[in-house]
Amino acid sequence: MAHIVVENLVKTFEVAERQAGMWGAVRGLVKRTHRTVQALDGVSFELQAGELVGYIGPNGAGKSTTVKTLAGILVPTSGRCEVLGRVPWKERTAHVKQLGVVFGQRTQLWWDLPVVESLELLRDIYGVTAVRYKAMLAELTERLSLGDLLDTPVRQLSLGQRMRCDLAASLLHEPPILFLDEPTIGLDAVSKLAVREFVQHLNRERGVTVILTTHDMDDIEALCTRVIVIGGGRILSDGTLDALRDRVTREHWLILDLEDETLELEDPDAEILRRDGRRVTLRFDPARVPTALLISRLTARYPVRDLFVQNPPIEEIIARLYREQAA
Amino acid sequence: MKGYLALIGARFRVLLQYRAAAAAGIGTQLFFGLIRVMIFQAFYRSSAHPQPMSYVDIVTYIWLGQAMLGLLPWNLDSDVQNMLRSGNVSYELVRPLDLYWHWYCRAFAMRVAPTLLRSVPVIALAMLFLGMQTPPSLASGLGWLLTTCGAVVLNCAFMMLVTVSLFWTLTGEGIQRAVLPLVYVFSGMLLPLAFWPAWMQPLLHFLPFRGMMDLPFRVYLGQVAPLQAVPEFGIQLLWTAAFIVAGRTLLARGTRRLVAQGG
Repeated sequence: MAHIVVENLVKTFEVAERQAGMWGAVRGLVKRTHRTVQALDGVSFELQAGELVGYIGPNGAGKSTTVKTLAGILVPTSGRCEVLGRVPWKERTAHVKQLGVVFGQRTQLWWDLPVVESLELLRDIYGVTAVRYKAMLAELTERLSLGDLLDTPVRQLSLGQRMRCDLAASLLHEPPILFLDEPTIGLDAVSKLAVREFVQHLNRERGVTVILTTHDMDDIEALCTRVIVIGGGRILSDGTLDALRDRVTREHWLILDLEDETLELEDPDAEILRRDGRRVTLRFDPARVPTALLISRLTARYPVRDLFVQNPPIEEIIARLYREQAA
Repeated sequence: MKGYLALIGARFRVLLQYRAAAAAGIGTQLFFGLIRVMIFQAFYRSSAHPQPMSYVDIVTYIWLGQAMLGLLPWNLDSDVQNMLRSGNVSYELVRPLDLYWHWYCRAFAMRVAPTLLRSVPVIALAMLFLGMQTPPSLASGLGWLLTTCGAVVLNCAFMMLVTVSLFWTLTGEGIQRAVLPLVYVFSGMLLPLAFWPAWMQPLLHFLPFRGMMDLPFRVYLGQVAPLQAVPEFGIQLLWTAAFIVAGRTLLARGTRRLVAQGG
């Protein structure tokens, strides 16, 4: 069953514009000029139950607007949108009961209160029974190692600790759908791994449908089989990571560690991407030159200490997609 | 319902943490109360005309005003202001709560919690040392309690209307400055309404602001008969209902045009 259906979603904002300087300010008093910003320009996709989808795009592409529309926060200008059969902004209260939301840059916990009091408040707001609450809290405490944090006021938590608590807060009512808006932003490596592992667990073990927006491509590579790329309010690509790679580029990268720093290297079928001392990164098209052939040719001609082949990092792929779209 | 009560409870816990602010507030209110009493003392001594209230009554009125100052709707909830400015309002909108009542509960806690904390010591000190009187009868006291409850719901509903305007103005500085003198003057905080000229009385009587302060105080003093407090309470509720309807209508429009800032 499709959990989420989005069809031809359009959202335009009116933004008041003011010219710079004193004169601009005075003119703004008399005459306001408005600029229309097209945040979403016909976005369509469908999500099945239990999918974990990465939703990525450059800043201002429309990621958050989509998520906020799906969450019932924003009312779109036109288009259709249904989550579990409900139109989010029309049946907001019933809709949001099925939803867990984490905005990485904000917290839903009460700043002045110990974490556990925020959780108890959310329990009452969502009408979670005492029995379910106890069970969920025990599970979340274990999975997210919240033990010592629960009695700490939120303002004293580190960012990583806070994010773990925020994740717990979004899940107390056991929502079948979870929206994560940049959940790893600003986190250290250990905290990022903890968050990823937890999200993976939720998706695999509990079958929670997850939409994850992020700028961190490691998040995407670790978690998502399906990636939707958005730019300028339109969907640029929707599919598996591999399909995305194939669409944008088939090239591989060959990374060589040479014996000698000063050695000049050249090959007709490969292009030097960068060079750091001994390390040379080459890119080539495996359709034009088989990888094995290129390696044997290069190792025969140059003294190579070590080498490996890899796909271009996902950042590179995405950046290319953004540039194509902008051009 | 449980969710809303839990919200009020949590806000109370947060607000009751600020004990130093409460102590400072008590000091300030006692100080300004003394000054106001002295002004009226000078006024009564220098005037031979009969005044609309006795000196004893005015002293009690002033101390009641100092004790109940926190109930007056003169300032916005800074948390809500920040939420709208920063876009954190997003989290408020993903709760399965009606946003109006959610924020009404916040407003209720914001008015009542600090006032509970401050009014008891101010009234106790004023009664013991500063000339404040008890109500003339138990019935007047009960009428005062009733109309004070009316004032609380009225004040919150009025403040919610001001809060909702933030969806259009965002900062709320301007509207706050416009609202403050209105409330201050027409509620009786600046000067008991009885002292205003006769030609103004019909207007003062009609406006909702007297229900915020002047009315409960006059019931306390016995100037409004205890039985009369019941229909007056009805008028407070009518105004409350009007503010709620207006606030909800505007909020519905405000959330539709919402541009969740940032993020």
